[in-house]
Amino acid sequence: MLVLSGLLIVVLGFAFRLNPLLVVTCAGVVTGLAGGLGLVKTIGTLGHAFTESRYVAIVWLVLPVIGLLERAGLKERARDVVMQMKSATTGRVLLAYLALRQATAALGLVSLGGHPQMVRPLIAPMAEGAAERDLPGLDDATRYRIRAHAAAVDNIGVFFGEDIFIAIGSILLIKGVMEQAGVRVLPTELAVWAIPTAIAAFVIHGARLLILDRQLRKGAR
Amino acid sequence: MISLEFLYRLMGLLTGAVAVINLRDTTNPNRIWNAAFWGLWAISFLVGTWLSDLASGLLIIAMVAVATIRGIRSSGTESTSLAERVASATRWGNRLFLPALAVPFFTLLANATIGRITISGAPLVEAKQVTLVSLGMATLISLSIGMLMLRPPLRAPLTEARRLMDSVGWAAMLPQLLAALGAVFAAAGVGRVVSALAASWIPSGAPFLSVAAYTLGMALLTMLMGNAFAAFPVMMLGIGLPLLVTGLHGNPTIIAAIGMLSGFCGTLMTPMAANFNLVPVALLELPDRYAVIRAQIPTALLLLVVNTLLIYLLAFPR
Repeated sequence: MLVLSGLLIVVLGFAFRLNPLLVVTCAGVVTGLAGGLGLVKTIGTLGHAFTESRYVAIVWLVLPVIGLLERAGLKERARDVVMQMKSATTGRVLLAYLALRQATAALGLVSLGGHPQMVRPLIAPMAEGAAERDLPGLDDATRYRIRAHAAAVDNIGVFFGEDIFIAIGSILLIKGVMEQAGVRVLPTELAVWAIPTAIAAFVIHGARLLILDRQLRKGAR
Repeated sequence: MISLEFLYRLMGLLTGAVAVINLRDTTNPNRIWNAAFWGLWAISFLVGTWLSDLASGLLIIAMVAVATIRGIRSSGTESTSLAERVASATRWGNRLFLPALAVPFFTLLANATIGRITISGAPLVEAKQVTLVSLGMATLISLSIGMLMLRPPLRAPLTEARRLMDSVGWAAMLPQLLAALGAVFAAAGVGRVVSALAASWIPSGAPFLSVAAYTLGMALLTMLMGNAFAAFPVMMLGIGLPLLVTGLHGNPTIIAAIGMLSGFCGTLMTPMAANFNLVPVALLELPDRYAVIRAQIPTALLLLVVNTLLIYLLAFPR
């Protein structure tokens, strides 16, 4: 039971909005000690796993390109393009990206998106640009809300699209876990049964994006 | 053969350059601390493979100490003014999108091809690393396209990367640290304790309650552990197989597939999934740390209800 104290630290730390790096490190050290690893072994385990997980940070390699293009006015251009398309409202821009992200993820093209590559330089400025055109005097709180929605669409699109592709990590994990327990499942059937939830995700979140449009218009009046 | 080690060296050079540029920026009173944070990370990328586990662990603690005590503060200087950027945007027009879209395009292209290339029998890239190596190659190609097209000063990509890295700050390191936490959890046996707990709590008999315990359990455990992959084996072996499949003769394929997706609903609601929920907050410069989670919660909860109903209605013999 004592090893669960790390989980408790995580929950409390995030609830009280302490610095997440500190929270996670403390949780790791406490869990290791409670699990009987000893201080040196605990720090070593943390260090070893950190080094082994460096691949998680590879996505930041894209920043020089994105920064270079931002310097040359990429965000401003993305905003302009949407501003010229009268029918492209914030909600519709995000809805189109949701459809694109889900459809491409379902084909296994998961890398066609992401927050540093797509959302910051392109999608968020487009969604914001549409609102700027339609709602004069857009305040900062509304801008932040629109940006948060742009990030959310990327997540929801990829989460509920990728499982329709048979060779994605989660499908392979399911197959592995089930096989170890002696139950045979087929990746193709697992992928088919991801479709109802994918449709529901598109309908629910799509509807929320159209509602967002209405709320933005109301807020402006 | 191209391996992840090559990409780590690149990341080391990038974070190292960010540290040096910070150190030389006398306009920023926080420059030493910024430089220390990025410099320590650069060490991990450059020589982490040969450091002892304890040394790597102490390096993390030093980074966390810097981030907690002083934090990363960006100097707030933009290299170009808004007027300059608007002028440049007008001049280049839609051609500006080319290098940006080249990143996903070349990632996909490399993804589809480099796994098949062999040099005298040995694969060019190890199968497991193809996706990441593709991303790395695509960014290098896109950067070259951008440099040839825009002809900025040679140091521009690094000074711009520094501007972005500083504004993202400590959040850049969080996903990697969470991965390390997962490993400590595994080594200390947290998963075993949780699955024992889960198994002792389960309501037995009533089908709908069992399904709800499974889907909600997937979401909650995912929220605690930070990813559905860690929660799935626990909930599947704790509730899914014994209660739903064996006990109620449910269809294992449906229960497994939709169970995993219930876990994804949890991912949308937890700061523990930092790369999805906290990193974009930093990237988009939002004041509320949980702004993205807030935007996702209604969709996640509704989908969780849908998933529960789908399993309940579709997975069992009538």
